[in-house]
Amino acid sequence: MLLRDLAHSRTGDKGNLITVSVIAFNPENFQRILEVLTVERVTDEFREIVDRPVDRYVLGSLNALTFVLHRPNNQGVTRSLALDAHGKCLGSAILSIDLSKPNGYQGVG
Amino acid sequence: MKSIKLGAGAGYSGDRIDPAVVLAQQAKLDYLVFECLAERTMALAQQSLDAKRNEGYDPLLAERMTAVLSECHHREIRIISNMGAANPRAAARKTAEIARSLGLHGVRIAAITGDDVLPWIISHPADFILQDGRPINSVLERTISANAYLGALPVLEALNGGADVVLTGRVADPSLFVGPMMFEYGWSEDDWHKLGQATLIGHLLECAGQLTGGYFADPGYKDVPDLANLGFPYAEVAEDGSSIFRKVVGTGGMLNRATCMEQLLYEIQDPSSYFTPDVIADFTQVTIEEIGPDQVSVRGGRGRERPRSLKVSVGFRDGYVGEGQISYGGPGALSRAELAISVLEERLRQIGLEETRFDLIGLNSLHGKHLSRFAPEPYEVRVRAVGRASTLAGANYVVREVEALYTNGPAGGGGVATSARETITLASTSIPSDCITTAIDYEVS
Repeated sequence: MLLRDLAHSRTGDKGNLITVSVIAFNPENFQRILEVLTVERVTDEFREIVDRPVDRYVLGSLNALTFVLHRPNNQGVTRSLALDAHGKCLGSAILSIDLSKPNGYQGVG
Repeated sequence: MKSIKLGAGAGYSGDRIDPAVVLAQQAKLDYLVFECLAERTMALAQQSLDAKRNEGYDPLLAERMTAVLSECHHREIRIISNMGAANPRAAARKTAEIARSLGLHGVRIAAITGDDVLPWIISHPADFILQDGRPINSVLERTISANAYLGALPVLEALNGGADVVLTGRVADPSLFVGPMMFEYGWSEDDWHKLGQATLIGHLLECAGQLTGGYFADPGYKDVPDLANLGFPYAEVAEDGSSIFRKVVGTGGMLNRATCMEQLLYEIQDPSSYFTPDVIADFTQVTIEEIGPDQVSVRGGRGRERPRSLKVSVGFRDGYVGEGQISYGGPGALSRAELAISVLEERLRQIGLEETRFDLIGLNSLHGKHLSRFAPEPYEVRVRAVGRASTLAGANYVVREVEALYTNGPAGGGGVATSARETITLASTSIPSDCITTAIDYEVS
């Protein structure tokens, strides 16, 4: 099961920071989302983009959490050579995390 | 009980104009707010002002004002906007001229200045260090703009001065909304919980359509009705700060708990400490309640004492970037695209660019190789090569090498598109609030 089935997400940017929210559709699934989306798991998924562990903030009363991704200093929105210099498409990447697969899964499909 | 209505007329510089007209005509607004300044927009505006290409205010100012001024004047809706960009006084003069041309007389237009701190930084360079740790001296010769994020207080002052239209340069986005709430309700400058709630309201409105179903749709998972006719939101705010968000009935999009949640967390780092010039807002106690179709009640924004320094955004020239793209399709498209990249890598290595990047659009250009590792082989793929150079000639070399793939590269490449441009990099620093002096000038049509 993909995170996309249980949650939605929006990405924003501030300088070299990218913020990625994860919002549970249904409060009943929030605990499971919290258990899977650890700092380690999310940092590992975004390993090519961040230069240190992500920050994780939990809004328990709203069944949501948000991650702050730190890009290297020279990779802010105004300087990055990436096609999506803002990193706005990354929220869709977090939704592709497979909740049934372990951290660092490298297999096919 | 008294309540006021604030509409979000734009969420960025190039935003659509017609949703604001609908709001002005149908939402019974008291205020129409246009947020039009992205981080980089100010540097670009300053650059065009310096080059005398235009007057330094928002390029769509005349079009927006022409579209809404009459309606707002007749309905007594005040307009607040950061469309003044690098030259609020010229924006006010232009707005007065437009008002007169529409036959509107006596429209009082305030121009707020004081956000431009470049002269101060030039005379006190030792006081400033960029957020990445570099001294400001390392980029000062190349700096084209330095603007402090002003807060709601100068907006409040302009409204106290009788302004019908308030035009600013760099003001923190939510503060454009906080100013009129303070004006209407007389909230004290240190009523931190009220300012926290006002900041919450401003934050939800500042991106306009992003609250009402824009940037939200994901077919089959999150469907949005009539996205092509997306309506922009407005908030009805009571004296205790409680707020109800709506959109005009009959417009496209939707407004519910999910759309509000995405915008609540948009560009927020620590939700318990959202720093603005007005307050350190705390969104952790926020409640969002659907009270009807496309009607949402939002409460619980709180706050603590405002920071004593202001964020400053510094824009400086930072070399040149050359980019080229070329597509391959059909059997073996991916192999030919990969061969094209290996050719480009070798050719570009020879001129020693500062930084290069190669992407396969359709495969891994957005998320990188790791996140894209399960992607199937695409039928068609687009090569993207981009390089940073210290000269325009270096950037143009990237352009020429991509074009050269037509006759010198793998079989079947097509659809080349290229660009070479100067880079304006934005960095941030901070300035003590007491170094800032704001001024307000008025134009009357």
